Amino acid sequence: MFNRTSDPARRKAGRNVRLALVCTAVFAGMVGAAYASVPLYKAFCQLTGFDGTVRQASAAPSRVLDRKLTIRFDANVRDLPWTFTPDQVSQELKIGDTGLAFFRVTNNGETPLTGRASYNVVPESAGLYFQKLECFCFSDQTIAPGATVEFPVVYFVDPKFADDFETKGAQEVTLSYTFFPSTEKKTQAALGGSAGARL
Amino acid sequence: MAHAAAHDDHEAEHIPGFFTRWFFSTNHKDIGTLYILFAIMAGLVGGVLSGLIRWELAAPGIQIFGPNSSVSLLGLIEQSNHGYNAIVTAHALIMIFFMVMPAMIGGFGNWFVPIMIGAPDMAFPRMNNISFWLLVAAWVLLLTSMFVDGGPGKGFGGGWTLYPPLSTTGHTGPSMDLAIFSVHLAGASSILGAINFITTIFNMRAPGMTLHRMPLFVWSILITVFLLLLSLPVLAGAITMLLTDRNFGTHFFDPAGGGDPVMFQHLFWFFGHPEVYILILPGFGMISHIVSTFSKKPVFGYLAMAYAMVAIGFVGFIVWAHHMYTVGMGINLRAYFVAATMVIAVPTGVKIFSWIATMWGGSLSFKTPMLWAMGFIFLFTVGGVTGVVLANAGIDYSLHDTYYVVAHFHYVLSLGAVFAIFAGFFYWFEKMWGVKYNEFLGALQFWIMFVGVNLVFFPQHFLGLQGMPRRYVDYPDAFTLWNQVSSYGYLITAASVVVFLVILLEAAIRRRPAEANPWGEGATTLEWTLSSPPPFHQFNEPPVIEADHH
Repeated sequence: MFNRTSDPARRKAGRNVRLALVCTAVFAGMVGAAYASVPLYKAFCQLTGFDGTVRQASAAPSRVLDRKLTIRFDANVRDLPWTFTPDQVSQELKIGDTGLAFFRVTNNGETPLTGRASYNVVPESAGLYFQKLECFCFSDQTIAPGATVEFPVVYFVDPKFADDFETKGAQEVTLSYTFFPSTEKKTQAALGGSAGARL
Repeated sequence: MAHAAAHDDHEAEHIPGFFTRWFFSTNHKDIGTLYILFAIMAGLVGGVLSGLIRWELAAPGIQIFGPNSSVSLLGLIEQSNHGYNAIVTAHALIMIFFMVMPAMIGGFGNWFVPIMIGAPDMAFPRMNNISFWLLVAAWVLLLTSMFVDGGPGKGFGGGWTLYPPLSTTGHTGPSMDLAIFSVHLAGASSILGAINFITTIFNMRAPGMTLHRMPLFVWSILITVFLLLLSLPVLAGAITMLLTDRNFGTHFFDPAGGGDPVMFQHLFWFFGHPEVYILILPGFGMISHIVSTFSKKPVFGYLAMAYAMVAIGFVGFIVWAHHMYTVGMGINLRAYFVAATMVIAVPTGVKIFSWIATMWGGSLSFKTPMLWAMGFIFLFTVGGVTGVVLANAGIDYSLHDTYYVVAHFHYVLSLGAVFAIFAGFFYWFEKMWGVKYNEFLGALQFWIMFVGVNLVFFPQHFLGLQGMPRRYVDYPDAFTLWNQVSSYGYLITAASVVVFLVILLEAAIRRRPAEANPWGEGATTLEWTLSSPPPFHQFNEPPVIEADHH
């Protein structure tokens, strides 16, 4: 804005302001990058199975290896009056075979409650190969007071598990679920506003 | 580059009255002085907090963070394990954001960057004033946060890394919110300062002062402020996400809503690793000047020194995950971060060897600043070596969050950065205050502190290797001996701080008038062409810099 003036002092001030504005733009860009990293990080985890993110598959693998893995199951609840247990502690499963496991949830509360399960596997590097065809964790689950619901999980371990140098030594994979109160608005209404008790 | 004539026109130098001069200050030297006084004050507070930590850890069991302890009578600290964690957290935040950064960038940077490039002042003097007072506001917020409810007790006890979920659901009280606001303000202060320095250094250099003729301290500040500009916004974003997770029901770091707490660690360390270079790079610049001055030789490998700092700054942005090897990264990713981290040792080695080569064959004089500078080189090298050890993911798996890490980063920061600050403080003492310090007391303080800090931190390597974890108020009896030694070391260090205050007092009382250049022919940068203290306004006619010896 000052750069057309002939006064050298003002021209210098204009140059300073321009450089400062460039710096401010860099600042804003970096704040934006920090926020952009949220969806990017999530997409990255889902794409690569990074940090134990389990992926959803549409078809079972065609190849079954003659090697067994122990799959362990773990179930947790946070901030819900629910009892959540796996029906089996562990299963033996051939790599590439499709497994079926059951989980049982009881709502001990007085009202119907809606929860959403988050999930993860250990070791984290197995996240790339541990895939699910059917899972209660793909959507919200509403359970009537006092009711018990049994949920199936259909899963398999991709045969590439046995080739990857990060995972081929593993004998055991643990699948862990945690039920949280669903964060969607309609649930908050169903909970009578107590979903805000998350904090 | 000493051929520029000092421009001291004393006629009609208008110095404003006390209140206007110090509260509405727009003069870079006055703001620098304010920053330095602020840093000394914050350093004393942070030092007292570390005293509480060492007192608590002097013996197994609970010494002062239990009910009815001698300190509890003061009523200032929370009498619980949480109280200990809150003190540790406050110590870290104060030392990083309110002591080292204000001293190096705000203090010495403001004082000497404009003078060294032959500029009359900073590009935006009033913005400079805002930077300083934002920092004071941030300080008030941080102190307030220590004394209000945090959730588990008074104050925030989650460490300076602010990891969720401890900083979200683990601390439900307002203390954490105040700490977040405090870091926001301190960050805003630094960002404004960074913009100011970038503009000043790019646009206001005197004729002939090309980038490749700039003194190394100016280079170091330029790189530092670039790191600030690129990394601080990421921290600001991350802690804003923490704030909305805590108060407005977002789920950035909350798995219940699809978030991931590990992502905070990535964001934090994307800021945090450049931050540790922000703390040390200005020190590198100062040490180069001091070593050159007291060897009466130009610095060895000027361009290599400048570009080594550029390289350190650049690589500093792509190694962040070495702080989080244990979150379960894949082996390839860990291998990358190990290799990238170790690469930093190369430009750092270039600097260390260039300092030694500067001294080699020089006409050395061991004045106080030189003692501090050589102490810096030695201690920083020790800390650098343990850094290379920790860079290995395999070793880090067992040393992660142990006292070995504490020893490492205190060697590079508490000993490295603080020694550099003392070196700069005494190097420019006469220039800044216009009086001489007592050379004997200066050397005395150096030697007491050198012994003290080594006694504090060297045994912590042993404790870490034996597996003593960080951030606990208590430890098993097996760790008693070296903890005791470490706590005695604190007492010695505290004695050296007393000597430091005596130096200030002695200089203030005796008022021996300063010389324009007390160091003689080795001191070649522009600040030595001015009187001590420099005139209120300098270089109204810009000096002309000609190419010379390097």
